[in-house]
Amino acid sequence: MNYSSTQFVTPNSMTYEPVQQTGFWGDFTVNGFVNSPSPFILEVDGKLSNQSEDSSHGMVGILDGYDQEDSKRGEKSGLQVSRRLAQNREAARKSRIRKKAYVQQLENSKIRLLQLEQELERVKQQGQYMGEGVDASQLGYSGNPKPGIETFQVDHGHWVEEQNIQTTELRNALKSQIGEIELRILVDSCMSHYFNLFHMKTIAAKADAFYVMSGMWKTQAERFFLWIGGFRPSEILKILIPRLETLTEQQLVEAGNLKQSCHQAEDALSQGMEKLQQILSSTIAAGQLGEGNYLPQMDAAMERLEALVRVLNQADHLRRETLEQMARILTTRQAARAFLALGEYFERLRALSSLWSSNPPEPA
Amino acid sequence: MDKVMRLASENGLVIFSKSSCCLCYTVNILFSELGVSPYVHELDQDPEGKDIEKALIKMGCSAPVPAVFIGGKLVGSTNEVMSLHLSGNLMPLLKPYYSFN
Repeated sequence: MNYSSTQFVTPNSMTYEPVQQTGFWGDFTVNGFVNSPSPFILEVDGKLSNQSEDSSHGMVGILDGYDQEDSKRGEKSGLQVSRRLAQNREAARKSRIRKKAYVQQLENSKIRLLQLEQELERVKQQGQYMGEGVDASQLGYSGNPKPGIETFQVDHGHWVEEQNIQTTELRNALKSQIGEIELRILVDSCMSHYFNLFHMKTIAAKADAFYVMSGMWKTQAERFFLWIGGFRPSEILKILIPRLETLTEQQLVEAGNLKQSCHQAEDALSQGMEKLQQILSSTIAAGQLGEGNYLPQMDAAMERLEALVRVLNQADHLRRETLEQMARILTTRQAARAFLALGEYFERLRALSSLWSSNPPEPA
Repeated sequence: MDKVMRLASENGLVIFSKSSCCLCYTVNILFSELGVSPYVHELDQDPEGKDIEKALIKMGCSAPVPAVFIGGKLVGSTNEVMSLHLSGNLMPLLKPYYSFN
């Protein structure tokens, strides 16, 4: 910030020169207008006639001095002096307003700085959290997570804990002689729990689509099977359906149809994803590669990335529909067994990741 | 909107699409996998494209593109098509439009 070298009028300095309009706060922007005195001029013009008491108490000392001068020089120079006094008062008033606004902005900046420092702390801690057992560098996910992603990571941690609890509850319930209604409640809450995850992912995708695509919140073994930011729905059906004993003919047909339509939908979405990759690739590579100036390509590419959120949401929608349709085909007991199997399958994957982290295979 | 309804009724299967939209491409792929050839109307190549988009939203489509019409009736966007397919209700709707290539 540049301060012009003109003097700021204080009650103690007896200057007879009118203060220059720019004053001490001259280069400072007030309300986004750089150095435009117009808002103040209008006010001042209207108030020139009634100066004195209100904002001029700082000038009283100087006024007293001028009064004595007036009587010595006579009326004619008295007019000139009053005009000068009015100008001084006007300039000082404008200066006070600008100073007030400057102080206000300083206060705001201070608050903003505090917020940024807090966020930096949080992100630093998150960086440590990510370092534990997650190969961030190996998979090329650099930099700290965007805001909203830390929340997602924490929430997902809770989600996994809750899922493990539900899986245990299902195991115990199926061993015991639990009634149909209670079992149904358990199955429904398992289903809702998966829906919660998809809802969380929708919000996270808006915050950072690349992050959700990378599956970085999952463990290594789970990430090995990643399909558009999550598990592959057809894979789930392939694992679960053969393990469900006592399926009726009707159920077998419906399950077969579900497997096929899930596969077809998945295929179509995979190809849609490839199309997005092609579009993004040609957008980035547009123009002369090697020129060194590629701002327009960056702008265009950023727009293309909006489609990534849509694709991620569509994949989660497919997962949701698959689970819903699967449960619809099955009886309560069969659905309970299916959710138990699914829960334990993911548990095993996570266990594998833990084992691998603490015990990586020896190089051959 | 007249143009929308005219196109929808003239062709049994219509997808309102945009050439750069990957979900439009997804629905297109799914339909060809199911053995049907829809009439695809690209909005980015139609001077009235913006108006058609607005009309489709007004008609209740969850997204302007892709917008799928079967037998002159609005079925919906990608979500609706996927839900229909997984619940086994899409194929019966497409039956009259199978092409034997």
